[in-house]
Amino acid sequence: MSEIKVEFTLNDNKESVVVPAEERLLDTLRERFDLTGTKEGCGVGECGACTVILDGEAVNSCLVPTAQVDGRQVRTVEGLAEGDELDPLQQSFIDHQAVQCGFCTPGMLMSARALLDKNTSPTEEEIKTALDGNLCRCTGYKQIVDAVEAAAKKEERE
Amino acid sequence: MPEKKQVNKSKKRVDARAKVTGKAKFGADLKFHNMLYGQVVRTEYPHAKIININKSKAEEYPGVEVVMTAEDIPNNLFGVIIENQQVLAEDRVLYIGDGVAMLAARSKKAAREAAKLIEVEYEELPGVYGVEEARQADSPVVMPGEENNQVIHHPLRKGDVSEGLTEADIVMERKYTTQFVEHAYIEPEAVTVVPEERNTLVTVYGAVQNPNATRDAVANVLDCDLSKVRIIQDNMGGSFGGKDENISAMACRAAVMALATNKPVQLVNSREESIIESYKRHPYTMNYKIGAKDDGELVAMEIEAVADSGAYACQTPFVTWRSVVQATGPYEVPNVKTDTYGFYTNSPYTGAMRGYGSPPVIFAQESMMDELAAELDLTPAEIRRKNMFKNNSRTASNQKLDNHEVSLTEVMDKALSAIDYHDKYEKYNQPQDSTIKRGIGFAISYRGVSLGAEAIDAAGAIVSVQKDGSIILYSGLAENGQGLKTVFSQIAAEELGVSLERITHMETDTSVSPESGSTVASRSTLVGGSAVKKAAENIKTVIAEFVAEEYDYSGKIIYRDDALYTKEGERIVAFPELAATAFHNGVFLSSYGWYKAPGISWDEETGQGRPYFTYVYGCQAAEVEVDTGTGEVKVVNMSAAHDVGKAINPANVRGQIYGGAVMALGHALMEDLGFSKGFIKHTNFDEYLIPTVKDAPENIEAIIVENPDPAGPYGAKSIGEPAMELGGAAINNAIAQATGRRLRDLPLNLERVLLGRNLSKED
Repeated sequence: MSEIKVEFTLNDNKESVVVPAEERLLDTLRERFDLTGTKEGCGVGECGACTVILDGEAVNSCLVPTAQVDGRQVRTVEGLAEGDELDPLQQSFIDHQAVQCGFCTPGMLMSARALLDKNTSPTEEEIKTALDGNLCRCTGYKQIVDAVEAAAKKEERE
Repeated sequence: MPEKKQVNKSKKRVDARAKVTGKAKFGADLKFHNMLYGQVVRTEYPHAKIININKSKAEEYPGVEVVMTAEDIPNNLFGVIIENQQVLAEDRVLYIGDGVAMLAARSKKAAREAAKLIEVEYEELPGVYGVEEARQADSPVVMPGEENNQVIHHPLRKGDVSEGLTEADIVMERKYTTQFVEHAYIEPEAVTVVPEERNTLVTVYGAVQNPNATRDAVANVLDCDLSKVRIIQDNMGGSFGGKDENISAMACRAAVMALATNKPVQLVNSREESIIESYKRHPYTMNYKIGAKDDGELVAMEIEAVADSGAYACQTPFVTWRSVVQATGPYEVPNVKTDTYGFYTNSPYTGAMRGYGSPPVIFAQESMMDELAAELDLTPAEIRRKNMFKNNSRTASNQKLDNHEVSLTEVMDKALSAIDYHDKYEKYNQPQDSTIKRGIGFAISYRGVSLGAEAIDAAGAIVSVQKDGSIILYSGLAENGQGLKTVFSQIAAEELGVSLERITHMETDTSVSPESGSTVASRSTLVGGSAVKKAAENIKTVIAEFVAEEYDYSGKIIYRDDALYTKEGERIVAFPELAATAFHNGVFLSSYGWYKAPGISWDEETGQGRPYFTYVYGCQAAEVEVDTGTGEVKVVNMSAAHDVGKAINPANVRGQIYGGAVMALGHALMEDLGFSKGFIKHTNFDEYLIPTVKDAPENIEAIIVENPDPAGPYGAKSIGEPAMELGGAAINNAIAQATGRRLRDLPLNLERVLLGRNLSKED
């Protein structure tokens, strides 16, 4: 079985791993880097719990072979806060009670982060489109959408 | 009353920071030294005899440490109510999720590959699929050792239903059905069992909804003392009633393999494994016969509700019991005859799911109220107001509702006004030109709080003040994602007048936390919250004695702002200093709190008595848009008013309402496991659809109604399940108004809405 050397930037750090060609980015993150904030909910790209940001785009890490991230930038939920300083989205999720069980939360945050990095003043519809690939069974989505809207407004002001 | 500082406030969740940073550990995130990965081999047929299992090739696969079958399990049966669930199938597989063998290997890949090498020879048997067949006298018997397929029958008799029906001006008969529903928690099941850790035989970590129930199962299967099994809960990625018996089965399997290998064993389900193996919400077939006077007054209801229990008894006896109490709805009916049954079939077993036995019967009964109203030329609001419970009304069980505020009028008025119901109802009754038609509907309910006559209803907690004034809180009831830790911390903080940051709410640990029954039945805030309050009150009694001695003050102590004050407002001592001084004087500032719910009664023969000590009331309304060209339904707006007694955390309550309403929307419109003779076709989220953010209504108005209840802490009752039991009927009633056609079967998918029937062969 062929193994591939992959060099990439993970949460601003240069990393290098040798992985089997078919290894999923999700498994590389969870098992080789212990970044277990990225969750597996379905394994087929439907639930969004494994969402990470790859070169600015939100992707399902269960569908991305690690071999494909060579030379690219990967950001996970662990890379959102800077030290103790939370990302405005993280703070907004806390402030708007947008977290219940918390299993979908990392994926939600990454989808929302990818949106706000590209669009500083999204409409409610644009927010919903960005989050449409992230399933949540607890919240009914209302407080999540509220949290993203509020974070966007706050970031725009700053 | 002085203003509350901690409760009745939308405090931020105490577990939110860990969850938004990715630091919160869930079951599949744990790793232990030398840990093995387990894999279960499941049956290929829903019903078959196991002729032979050949493990030898799997045993030889590199990395495999153990391969086991039912014969290796000390005691193969467990169950919360009736012990008849197999840890692994022994002679016969009874449904498509039954495990037949299991193994543990040093890597996930080895476990997966080796599992493919286990050879199982089956003799396929004819199965029983559906309750109609299961209840026939000549039906094959599903459960070995039983004489027929009946799991349970709950009768209820009040008045004389035949006489009542004779007195009626109108008698209507209708049949309604609901489907199997998947819990669809986003986190698939995960447990890790560590053998011989510290002084226990096994320690179980993972997504365990009911740690004590899982402990019972593991101890029973291992045939050891409860004290030798320790369950420590991790963060739960959703449960909704769904991580009980299936998690217990996994914990038992991992425990047996951990002891056989003397290494930690982790079992994590894929989504497909989760959907195939886990228990579902019971599908119901319900026949309703209602007699009423011309003016809408209900005189009699005759109900038969039949639930599909699937392959195991699981929680069917209790789920169907709740259906009995709620089947007639929140209405005064002098003559009632209800028969609720559960039957075994070779379908997936069914158990607890948010709402328990109420959502199906509310769907039927609240749909039927609208049908009756239409027949009598009354509005849906008029017929409900005419019959609904008021203070001192008597229920179908003949319980007098006299110990709390029966707030149906208030919840209904508030929910309907928030969505502008009356104007929209009139408007949508006029002809609508477009192919997109709107409708509006609603439903009301009363719901018994907590376990009721299912079991003894008591819970405990430990509040332990450390010498620096920080506080450790242990609860026997568990955080399942609903916000329990936050609510319990708020209650402890309120009582002791400290900031929330001072409190650390530990994970439930069965070797430490007082056994408190299961975290179910929307009982946590009322029963568990009362236990936390009691523990804090006990500590305050000790503090009062100490303050009299040490600070020479024996009046009433006011606890606020992390300090103690006299009733005149003079500061006595800061809380941390008090804690330190007490410690150095040998005064113990920790306490168990125990709360036992008020008494109840139930007559099994007649269904008469006092099934619950108090009730909650709710009303949800839905406005829909139906594309009459495609059958597509969009729920545009919802409103939901729930009397929660008192909201300990209003933002959490609203979160429960939004989540419950959207879950109900999923059940109503889209969720379908695609059954075919015991096989499940929709085993992942690409086919088993649950609501996305775009399926959720544009607006949900969540209205908290507060009539404090004497039984609850600060008057608080419950919200988790009430929030999801009404949406199905409300949406169905709205669709009926929009299309002019009444549907009676869930889910209300495109075909049913467009054609009035399902095209799939299963129907």
